[in-house]
Amino acid sequence: MKLDATDRRLVITTQAGLALTPEPYRAVAEQLGIAPEEVMRRLLAMHKAGVLRRIGAVPNHYALGYRANGMTVWDVADDRVDGLGERVGQLAFVSHCYRRPRRLPDWPYNLFAMVHGHDRAEVEAYRAEIQSMLGEACRSHDVLYSTGILKKTGLRIGG
Amino acid sequence: MLDETDRRILNALQGDFPICQRPYLAAADRLNLSERKLLACLKRMLKERVLTRFGPLYNADRMGGINVLAAMVVPEADYEDTAAVVNAQPEIAHNYRREHRLNMWFVGAGETPGAVETAFLRIEAATGLPVYRFPKEREYFVELKLKL
Repeated sequence: MKLDATDRRLVITTQAGLALTPEPYRAVAEQLGIAPEEVMRRLLAMHKAGVLRRIGAVPNHYALGYRANGMTVWDVADDRVDGLGERVGQLAFVSHCYRRPRRLPDWPYNLFAMVHGHDRAEVEAYRAEIQSMLGEACRSHDVLYSTGILKKTGLRIGG
Repeated sequence: MLDETDRRILNALQGDFPICQRPYLAAADRLNLSERKLLACLKRMLKERVLTRFGPLYNADRMGGINVLAAMVVPEADYEDTAAVVNAQPEIAHNYRREHRLNMWFVGAGETPGAVETAFLRIEAATGLPVYRFPKEREYFVELKLKL
């Protein structure tokens, strides 16, 4: 979807959150100098196009006790990876699931699934669940735990 | 920190927030709460940082922008200097240390693939280390549902 200038201003105005007042879309409309109906129409169009994934509460995993996250990575047969990737994405503990290129010989993995748990033991249990789902289509796998945030600025579009 | 009402709100409102004139009222009706109560709970959870934010979540990839995951094998002795080089690039949005031979993982984000690639090339030139690019080839649908 090609965003026009007003769409981009709408994204920039709302990406940090909506006002917690009874008419939040009117508040956005007043900031942009357009009608509330136009804000709603544009949000619906962006949602339909997949530009807007969803609107709602974004929980802080860490504050809610989900302190361990592991990037699980899998070498899955090319002719099976898309079907299995869709199923892995449906698991409740998986927050992101992608197919990415292998970088042989150093990196044989083509399926990436981010797994969240209260601790590493829980992440390992979930990893075993994914492993049994993948079965013989998976040749090797690993899990990478993050041990430090070196930079985090969020993926925001500029103003 | 969370009471039963908070849990119901979180479980119901991780998506599906209505787009209408009084969306909090519509969402509160679904939860058998008053609009005032829902707003008060959301304000408190934001203040207590149980919520990172409340609002739209956009997909940068579909806005004509691009982000690419990348990783490097960084010798421990050079780790801090390398992190400084990587973090100094404005295109680098996230950078994490991970336990693996590939021990530095970061995301390059930009308006064009060229802008992200240029940042990776600058990192390679400044550090002498190869940057492994892992662009997403396919995104599998993820159901959003942290159950609380």
